[in-house]
Amino acid sequence: MFAQVRHFPVLKRAAIVYVPVAALLLITLFPFYWMAITAFKPNDEFYNTTISPFVILHPTLDHFIILFTKTHYPEWLRNTMVVAIVSTAVSVVASTMAGYSLGRLRYRGANWLGWAIFVTYLVPPTLLFLPLAEVISNFNLFGWEPPLMNSIWALIVTYPTFLVPFGTWLLIGYFKSIPHELEESALVDGATRLQAMLRITVPLALPGLLSVAIFSFTLSWNEFIYALVFLSDVTTKTVPVGVISEFIAGDQYFWAELMAGALMGSVPVAIIYSFFVEYFVAGLTAGAVKG
Amino acid sequence: MAVSEKLAVEQVGTRGIVVPYHLTRAGAVRAFFDREDVLGYVLLVPVLLILGVLVAYPFLFGVWLALTDSTIVKAGHFIGLENFRQLLEDATFRQAATNSFVYTGVTTVFKLVLGLAMALILNIPFRGNRIVRATTLLPWIIPTVLSTLAWKWMFDGTFSVINYVLAGVGVKGPLWLSQWPWPMISIMIVNIWRGMPFYGVSFLAGMQTIPQELYEAATIDGASSWQRFTRITLPLLRHVITIVLLLSTILTFADFQIVYALTGGGPANQTQLFATYSFQVGLRGLQIGLGAAISLFMFPVLAIIVFLTLWTLRKSD
Repeated sequence: MFAQVRHFPVLKRAAIVYVPVAALLLITLFPFYWMAITAFKPNDEFYNTTISPFVILHPTLDHFIILFTKTHYPEWLRNTMVVAIVSTAVSVVASTMAGYSLGRLRYRGANWLGWAIFVTYLVPPTLLFLPLAEVISNFNLFGWEPPLMNSIWALIVTYPTFLVPFGTWLLIGYFKSIPHELEESALVDGATRLQAMLRITVPLALPGLLSVAIFSFTLSWNEFIYALVFLSDVTTKTVPVGVISEFIAGDQYFWAELMAGALMGSVPVAIIYSFFVEYFVAGLTAGAVKG
Repeated sequence: MAVSEKLAVEQVGTRGIVVPYHLTRAGAVRAFFDREDVLGYVLLVPVLLILGVLVAYPFLFGVWLALTDSTIVKAGHFIGLENFRQLLEDATFRQAATNSFVYTGVTTVFKLVLGLAMALILNIPFRGNRIVRATTLLPWIIPTVLSTLAWKWMFDGTFSVINYVLAGVGVKGPLWLSQWPWPMISIMIVNIWRGMPFYGVSFLAGMQTIPQELYEAATIDGASSWQRFTRITLPLLRHVITIVLLLSTILTFADFQIVYALTGGGPANQTQLFATYSFQVGLRGLQIGLGAAISLFMFPVLAIIVFLTLWTLRKSD
């Protein structure tokens, strides 16, 4: 498991391990510490240069209270959550179907289709956002119900475009690694392929599905450019877009509210991540690392 | 078909003739959908529909837009390559193009070196290793725009905490977001901070698949730790490194969020990238045709990277 020599003298170990680790943690965490300390700092300590900026003498919840009573933040939080949950659910189902199909069934063109789907995984949203905005608003023009543009439906519909290719790709590999014997004996016992898939193979692939779900949820929660382009009403925004477009007025920055909003928008993903670290890492490294 | 024959529940037809189940209509439908190819295609329908309508079609539509003088409010006429010609003469566009390459090149080198260092450190067993590993991924997990806002506050012109610390050691910090060349450096710092964990964690996962015996044998043969790194670790990580570099290059080259949140492409377009300039011209400036042409300029580079990625992955299959 671990590649290096196990026993260092104390000083050498400190130099090789603890100092770099401490530096790594400092760099990684400082922006979040700064976010948090700003969010809890009362206004009179904010621009007071006589006290160290790293401490808070009297922590306050004022900025959070403003956030939840005087702004549209609660709606943004709800929108972000709804979009993330629905587009994750859609993507997990669609990816499971496609992943099973391409990973386990043999038919003409399967290999080629698999690579075609992988290519869409490599298409960045910044290449597509302008034409996609036109496509989405055309749905509105043609009287599509519910209207997509400027509603969270625009995101629920478009987020699967970058979730599904990843999910399918990950699950193709996962389905391939599950032994065929169980499924074959179910087929011999008279089950249809669909029954064998749903009752035997998909349950065995649950860890893979969970990886896809966790990964999709964080990607949806973090998405920015589509949300920025497709939503313009203040009540339909997601947290990242709302915070950046409503808490900055010209060159005036409401830093305390900005940081409180940023913190509240970060904590939910951080909590979910902390429960499923292993699945997340499995998903993250699936493309690069084999077996 | 062996399965449906086994199933064959015999059924008595209307005229009292016994019909095997697989020859009844329901049986035939069921047998049809039980064919490997039919079920295979059916299961692909949702994904192909999503990707066809919302990726392939918009992509082609974007190519069309780039060849027209369309604005947000009205569809335009075909003008051939006029948009592209106009862009090549546009100083801001050339700045954005240069910036995109510099941004991608510089950050990739730093992320690669720092990511390797991070993986090597985290590959050493120590108390709290697991929690440190989980923590180092946070910049990758937390919404980028939100953490970039924290950086923007840290880079603030008047109350920069970084400059506060620098002043403590007697250095006068720069005006991070307004004084050339610091705005470019600032967006690169944030990009490296955010992207490094992906490199580190992927490399670490790759290192853990390297058999321990190789290192033991090399040590017995008298290899130094540097030799073990260059002769064993690096060659065996080659595949992981390649894939990570390719994926990261795509994300970095097409980046939007960090620049949008930190500098908005400014001051005076100093930090404009392809994506942010495309947004500014296509949406803010309403010239959607011209904007589409800007983002299409990314396409050749992306196509090369996509090709290299496919080639690498297929070779290892």
